[in-house]
Amino acid sequence: MSQSKTDTPLSAMTQIRDRLANIPYATTLGIEPHFMGEEFTLILPYKDSNIGNATLPALHGGGIGGFMEVCAIAQIILSNPDRELPKPIGINIDYLRRGRPVDTYARAQIFKQGARVANIRVRAWQDRFDTPIAALSGQFLLGKES
Amino acid sequence: MDMDEKLKLFWDVGATMIASTPHATELGIQFVAIGEGQATLSLPYSTKLIGDARTRVVNGGAVTTLLDQACGLAAFTGFDTLGALATLSLRIDYQRTAKPGETIIGIAECYKTTKHVAFLRAIAHDGDETDPVATAQATFMSTGPRLSFEDAINARMEKAAKRKQAEEGLQP
Repeated sequence: MSQSKTDTPLSAMTQIRDRLANIPYATTLGIEPHFMGEEFTLILPYKDSNIGNATLPALHGGGIGGFMEVCAIAQIILSNPDRELPKPIGINIDYLRRGRPVDTYARAQIFKQGARVANIRVRAWQDRFDTPIAALSGQFLLGKES
Repeated sequence: MDMDEKLKLFWDVGATMIASTPHATELGIQFVAIGEGQATLSLPYSTKLIGDARTRVVNGGAVTTLLDQACGLAAFTGFDTLGALATLSLRIDYQRTAKPGETIIGIAECYKTTKHVAFLRAIAHDGDETDPVATAQATFMSTGPRLSFEDAINARMEKAAKRKQAEEGLQP
């Protein structure tokens, strides 16, 4: 189930891009993956349609939440390439700072993966990794082996 | 305070707030109803919300946004004063996948407010309230300057009176 050591970064990259292309919601938000070796950061490029408060202005909290959920799903895909897409069971989001109208980044870490469920944490930030704008922790049901 | 005027204000603000939130309109979120400490919104099915092209089920993130928006609106009506809000926390339990093609309804209830914090619970369902797609729990914080209901209602009435005056002035 875990990614084999012979996988090259290129195949992981293709894998994530292909699977994200099958998530229309990710395209609606404008999400793009950025690879560094075999690790990736998800990017939510600034888009007017992701604004939640036009007077502040601030990104929509729900959009930031959705972005982090897609990040969790992408991370689970990467370590379970032969499974169908995972489904969220429960998520908990902390909103830490206002999402300014600039690019946003997210990275996920699987804290534990069992036979059926993965426990995962996601961090979203803008200017600095050290000043996150939101954090998600959640449980995801792994997809069936395909 | 006139309860009818307060409700009229809520319906005005609710409909305007949803229509003027770019990300809400992008997903197709619509205003349905509002009351004191309550808000209902809808999210009609759309292909751009799909989370899995194979099953055509709506992505959890779209449900998250619907619930966040509904909770925000309910929190807005839950405070003693009016003003901007920020989401502090949002917890969502996804009970089952939404049926492809069905409109999802988000209903939020503000069950407690303190001076600066509102506590909410919400559900999302696709036709049967007793069989929700997701349930949520949220907290919101009031931020920035606040306006009393009396002032907001008076401002709204003055605006309406001015509009009426202007319209009458245009009559020959």
